[in-house]
Amino acid sequence: MTTASSAPGGLNPLRQTKPRYGEAIIKGVLVLAATVSLFTTFGIVISVLIPSLEFFGEISLGEFLFTTTWTPLFANPQYGVLPLVMGTLVITLIAIAVAIPLGLGSAIYLSEYASPRARRVLKPTLEVLAGIPTVVFGFFALEFITQVVLVNIFPGIQVFNALSAGLVMGIMIIPTIASLSEDAMAAVPGGLRDGAYALGATKRQTALRVVIPAALSGIVAAFVLGISRAIGETMIVTIAAGLQPNMTLNPLEGMQTMTSYIAAAGAGDVATGSIEYKSIFAVGLLLFVITFVMNMISIRLVRRYRQAYQ
Amino acid sequence: MSEIHDPNAPQATSDLANTGRMDVSAVLGEERGTPLDDAIPQVVFDLNNVRVFYGDFQAVRDVTMQIGRHEITAFIGPSGCGKSTLLRSFNRMNDLIPGARVEGLLAYHGYNIYAPDVDPIEVRRRIGMVFQKPNVFPKSIYENVAYGPKVNGMKVNMDDLVEECLTRAALWDEVKDDLKKSAYALSGGQQQRLVIARCIAVKPEVILMDEPCASLDPIATAKIEDLMKQLAADYTIVIVTHNMQQAARVSDRTAFFTADVDAEGVRHGRLVEYGPTRRIFTSPKDPRTEDYISGRFG
Repeated sequence: MTTASSAPGGLNPLRQTKPRYGEAIIKGVLVLAATVSLFTTFGIVISVLIPSLEFFGEISLGEFLFTTTWTPLFANPQYGVLPLVMGTLVITLIAIAVAIPLGLGSAIYLSEYASPRARRVLKPTLEVLAGIPTVVFGFFALEFITQVVLVNIFPGIQVFNALSAGLVMGIMIIPTIASLSEDAMAAVPGGLRDGAYALGATKRQTALRVVIPAALSGIVAAFVLGISRAIGETMIVTIAAGLQPNMTLNPLEGMQTMTSYIAAAGAGDVATGSIEYKSIFAVGLLLFVITFVMNMISIRLVRRYRQAYQ
Repeated sequence: MSEIHDPNAPQATSDLANTGRMDVSAVLGEERGTPLDDAIPQVVFDLNNVRVFYGDFQAVRDVTMQIGRHEITAFIGPSGCGKSTLLRSFNRMNDLIPGARVEGLLAYHGYNIYAPDVDPIEVRRRIGMVFQKPNVFPKSIYENVAYGPKVNGMKVNMDDLVEECLTRAALWDEVKDDLKKSAYALSGGQQQRLVIARCIAVKPEVILMDEPCASLDPIATAKIEDLMKQLAADYTIVIVTHNMQQAARVSDRTAFFTADVDAEGVRHGRLVEYGPTRRIFTSPKDPRTEDYISGRFG
């Protein structure tokens, strides 16, 4: 549209834009920030993969995965990783048995029942639990759970045992499960709750039959993330479950997990380049693969749940 | 609550279709006759100085009115006039909002639904509600309809009930081969009819509708309006709408609400005028009603 104020001799030529150096610098810094984690992950994969491949050059994958004796530091070493996998599995299952009911219960309470004031107090308190260093949890498991609580229930229990480590690890991951599940339930549109209440549903029926099914993929993703944390947890198991590889399902005995083997062997005097040294990386690679698969499952579930209301 | 009258019990017959209905003008031109008399033959809700608060904030000022059985009553008015808030107090949905409370007397068939011994769950079973956004559950079409009867422990042949309710909601023919499909696969208008089917599955007497067509296109809206007129033969319907043409098209009676702004600038909803729709839209008594329906404000 033309106005009286436009230049009588036509438009001024459009000036060429000046290069904006500040913009380029900012962009470079941000790209760097975004790629640091990418390069780190890549670096970790490489640094774990190379010694692992060397390890598997000497020990067959079949022997590693399917034999049941793990004695890498003995004079006649054997490299069957199953006792470590078993230790991880038993302790993780105990942790899940604690964390899923308590975590989901807390989430349902916080999301559906708690008054706004109770929620304001309880949710941050729950999240404080997530901030306690795992070494503190480890000593809590060893000194209190085992030596004060469990010895009175199971007189034959070993000082280092899978049960105390699993129980305390379960307590540790309650906040992860509760907080993420609560987020998933809070993201369920209020209209669904209104719809259920308007049909004469009670709070329990609304929570269990409408809100939880609607939030299910988010809740399952919370479980998977909690389980991943349990599998990768090191300090509690190193302190409370002992360092003895043990091919057993008895939680009253000591066990070694994949993580506590890595921690213990890494801290010990293992010669760099030796087969014992490379076994640390092989176990690390197995752990990486397991948690990677768990995280992929969780990412996929979270994505599906995000799409649910679009 | 066991004392509440059975809504299906025979009542003094005063079939609205025979009570001095006349053919309505083109403005309101619809086959459903509308009443001309201010007197309501059969009262379902009797409100006496009903006030609704959210904490210290009074959202609705003293409302006194009656809602007639098997009539469609429309609540109209500008945003923030308290009409939805008032509607949600009819089945105690406001109980779910912390700090909300209702004062005055809100009687349903003569029983104060806010009496301490009244179970809000039972109130909501008898007084159903349809919301602005079609809030279907993330379940199959069948399970959506069956949800209410299941949570209420109704002993019925569920297949028959689902078919009956979907038929009643004018949805059966469109979904009868897809009952196991997710309700999310339906269009917005179909979802809203599914919500209506879900609502009538628990056999309520009253259906409250809070802007049920606000998110729908005109064709889907027309279907819902037709459905409302059919349902009014068996149900008492109260609808909140922003659409004055909709109120004129479907309702028997119209209540116009507006918001007063007090000295501190806080808005309080109040009932301005209530009467037969035909009169409200042709010869309103209050100038504010006239301004609103003629589009001069709101």
